[in-house]
Amino acid sequence: MSHSEHQSFWQKYIFSVDHKVIGCQYALTGLVFLFFGFCLMMLMRWQLAFPGEPLPVIGGLFSDTTMPGGVMLPEFYNSLGAMHGTIMVFLGVVPLAVGGFGNYLVPLQIGAPDMAFPKLNAASYWCYFVGGVVMFASFFVPGGAANSGWTSYPPLSDIATMGQTFWLFGMVALITSSLLGSVNFIVTIVHLRARGLSFFRLPFFVWAQFVTSFLLLLAFPPLEVAGVLQLMDRLAGSSFFLPSGLVISGTPLGVSGGGSPLLWQHLFWFLAHPEVYVLILPAIGIVTEIIVNNTRKPLYGYKTMVYSVLFLGFMSFVVWAHHMFMTGMGTTMSNFFQATTMIISIPSVVILTVLILTLWGGSIRFTVPMHFALAFLPMFAIGGLTGLPLGLTASDIPLHDTYYVIGHFHYVVAPGTLLALFGGVYYWYPKVTGRMMNEKLGKIHFWGSFLCLNGIFMPMFIQGLAGVSRRLYMPTVYAHAEAVQGTNVFMSYSAWILGLVQLIFIFNFFRSLKKGKKVESDNPWQATTLEWATPTPPPHGNFLQEPEVYRGPYEYSPPGRTEDFWPQNEEK
Amino acid sequence: MTGMTNSKLGIWLFLASEVMLFGALFSTYILLRTGAESWPHGSSLLNVPLATLNTMILITSSVTMVMAWASLMMNRFGRYRLYMGLTVLLALGFLVVKGFEYGMKLEHHITPATSTFYAIYFTMTGLHGLHVLGGILVNGYFLFPGSRLWKTNPKQFTGRVEAAGLYWHFVDLVWIFLFPVLYLL
Amino acid sequence: MSHDVAEIQKHVRLYVTVFAALAAFTVVTVGVSYLHLSTMPAIILALTIATIKGSLVACYFMHLISEKKLIFIVLAVTLLFFVLLLFIPSLTEGEAIFKNLRHVS
Repeated sequence: MSHSEHQSFWQKYIFSVDHKVIGCQYALTGLVFLFFGFCLMMLMRWQLAFPGEPLPVIGGLFSDTTMPGGVMLPEFYNSLGAMHGTIMVFLGVVPLAVGGFGNYLVPLQIGAPDMAFPKLNAASYWCYFVGGVVMFASFFVPGGAANSGWTSYPPLSDIATMGQTFWLFGMVALITSSLLGSVNFIVTIVHLRARGLSFFRLPFFVWAQFVTSFLLLLAFPPLEVAGVLQLMDRLAGSSFFLPSGLVISGTPLGVSGGGSPLLWQHLFWFLAHPEVYVLILPAIGIVTEIIVNNTRKPLYGYKTMVYSVLFLGFMSFVVWAHHMFMTGMGTTMSNFFQATTMIISIPSVVILTVLILTLWGGSIRFTVPMHFALAFLPMFAIGGLTGLPLGLTASDIPLHDTYYVIGHFHYVVAPGTLLALFGGVYYWYPKVTGRMMNEKLGKIHFWGSFLCLNGIFMPMFIQGLAGVSRRLYMPTVYAHAEAVQGTNVFMSYSAWILGLVQLIFIFNFFRSLKKGKKVESDNPWQATTLEWATPTPPPHGNFLQEPEVYRGPYEYSPPGRTEDFWPQNEEK
Repeated sequence: MTGMTNSKLGIWLFLASEVMLFGALFSTYILLRTGAESWPHGSSLLNVPLATLNTMILITSSVTMVMAWASLMMNRFGRYRLYMGLTVLLALGFLVVKGFEYGMKLEHHITPATSTFYAIYFTMTGLHGLHVLGGILVNGYFLFPGSRLWKTNPKQFTGRVEAAGLYWHFVDLVWIFLFPVLYLL
Repeated sequence: MSHDVAEIQKHVRLYVTVFAALAAFTVVTVGVSYLHLSTMPAIILALTIATIKGSLVACYFMHLISEKKLIFIVLAVTLLFFVLLLFIPSLTEGEAIFKNLRHVS
C-alpha cells in the first residue's frame, strides 16, 4: 500500500493488519508468556526440592494468601501447577508456533501479499490477548487462580474458587482466537498460493500449518462447549458434570445431579489430544526447513512426509480416550483406543525417519539453528517412545498419573517443541530484522538449554517408575517418594540454571536488534523457499513483484549447477 | 484457484467448526440421556405449539433470506431490501417468542438448576438464540450500512450476502434438529 | 451478474417448493408426536424427518447440491468426526452402565 509510510506508530505496530506485524506480536507475547509460565514452574520447584522451607529473598515478595513467611501454601502450589500447564500450552507454545511463525511465514512461503482476511487476523490476535489478560488477572481474584489442574476435571473444578470462572472465560477467548486464525490459514493456503506453487511444491512447514489449522478448526469447538457447560454449572447451578448424591466435606451438595464427570473428560480430550499435534506439527515443520537447508540436499521423502502428516492429523481425532483408560470405560472401548494409539505412532516414526535419512550423506553446516534442529530429533524420539507404554492399557495402569507421564509429554513439548521453536527464532531472525543473532551466545544458549532440559525431565521417568504421583504438594511425606527425593533437588537446580540460560537468549535477542551482524544478502542461509526472495525485512505487501514458482521447495545441490541451491522462483 | 471467493470458503470452514460445536452439544444430550435413570418427554414439559410457531418463523426467514440473495442476483435492489428486512423481522420474532417461552419457565422458577433436562434445554436453545442474535446483527448490517457496497461493488456485496445467508440457513438447520430432539422426543 | 434472470427465477420457484415441503414436514413431525409412539420408533421417525428437512435446507438454500468438490471434502471429514464425537462418548459410558446393571441383578 502506498500510504503505509504515513501510518502512525499505533496503526503500524499495535493495531496493524499486516501479517508480519501480527506474527511478531504473537511471537513476542507468546515468548513473554512462555517465560512467565516457566517462572511459575521455577517457584514450584522450590517447594518440590525443599518442601515446607521458606523461599529466601523472593518468598518475601508474596502475599500472606500465597506464601506466608515465604512458605508456599498448598492452594497456591495447585494454582501454580494448573496455570503453568494452561499458560505453556494455550498462551505460550501455540501462539508462538502457530500465531507467530505461522502468521509470519505462511504468506511469505506461499508468495502471498498477506493473509486472506487481514482484519480477521488482527481480531484473532486481540482475542488471544484478551484471553491472556483474563488468565493473568485470575491470579489476583479471591481464592487465587484456577487450581484444578490444567485439565480442569470436574467435579473438583465445578466447586473450585472464582479463579476457575476466569479460567473458563479466558479459554473461551483463546478458543475464539484459534478458530478465527485457523479459518484464515486454511483459506490463505488454499487460495493465495503463487502461480506455479502447487500443493506438492509447498514447503513442508506450510503443510504442517495446514494440518494444524484443521485440527484447531474441528477439535476446539467441543472444548468451547465443555467450557460453556462448566460455566453453566458454576454460574447457573446446572449439573452437567455433577453426578447425583455428591457429598462434600460431609454435607450433600444441593444440586439436581444427574450429570457425568466423564462427559468433561471426553469433550476436553477430544480437543486436547489433537492439541498435542497442534504443538508438535509446526515444530516438525520448522525442523524440516532448518535440516534441509543445513544439509544442502533435498528432503529424503517429501511426499512420504506429506502423506504422513495428513494421516497423523486425521488419526489424532480418534485416539482421545487413551487419556481415560483409568475411568472404567470398558475393555471394548479401551482396546479400540489402544489400537488407534498404536497406529498413530507409525506416521510420527515415519516423519522422524525421513528427517534422519535426510542427514545421511549431506554436507552439514553446524549453524546455531541446526544445533537446535538436530537436538529435536532424539528429544522427540524419547518423548514419543516413552509414550508407547502409556498407550497400552496394561502398562498405563501402574504408570497413570505418575511423574512418568509428566516426563513423557514434557519430552515431546519442552525439549522437543521448544528447542525447535528456538531454532526457528535463530533461523528466521535475519529475515525479520536484517541482522544475525550472535553465534557464540546462541551456542551457549543451546548447550545450556539442552543439558538442563534433560536434567529436569530425565529423572522424572525414574520418579514415575518409583510410583511418585504428579501434583504432590509435599513429596516427602510418602516413603516411596522420599526415597527418590534426591532427584527432585537435582531437577530443581537444573530448572533454575535453565532459567539463567534463557537470560542469555533474551540478552542476545535484544542486543542483536541493534548490534547484530548485518546480513549481506536477502538470503543469508542460501535457502530455496520463497520467504527468502523478499527484501529484508519484507515491506508491507511482501514481494516487489508477484513471484512465480518453477520447482519443488528443496532443490539443494542439483546436478549441473554451480550453486548448491536452486530457489523456487528462479526461472533458470 | 478453486473458483470460490475467500469469503465463501471461509464461511464454510466456519460452519464446519459450528457443526463440531453443536455436535458436542448433541453428544452431551445423548450421553446424559442414555445415562439417566429416567428422562422426561419433552412435550409434557415444554410448549410445543409455541416451538412449532418458531419453527415456521425460522423456515420462513430462511426462504426470505435466499430470496434476498436471488433478488440481488437479478439486480433488484428494492426487492432485496424488502426480503432482507423481512428476514431480520422474522428473526426478531423468533427471539420474542423464545423470550415468552423462557419467561413462562422462569415464572414457575424453572431454571437450569431444576434438572438435567432443563439444563440442556436452556443451554442448547440459549446458544442457538445467541446464534440467531448474531445473524440479526450481520443481516441488519447488510440491510442498512453494509448495503452501500452495492453501489460500488455489486458482485462483492452479493458474495457477502450469500455468505451471511449460508450462516443463516445453518442456524435454521440447527433448529430443525433441536426442535424434535428437545420438544417432541 | 453472470446468471441470467430466467435461470434465477427458476431457482426462486424451487425455493418456494422447498419451503412448502419444509412446512409440510414440520406439520407431520408435530402431528406424529401426538400419536405417542413408543420411544424407539418415535426417535427414528422424528430424526428421519429432521434429516430430510435439514438436507433440503443444505442442498437447496445453501446450494450444496451444486457446490465445489473442496467443500464436500471438508464437510465429509467434519461429518465423520461429528459422528465419532456423537456416539463414542456415550458408548464408553454405556458399557460401564451395562456392567453395573449386571452386578446389581
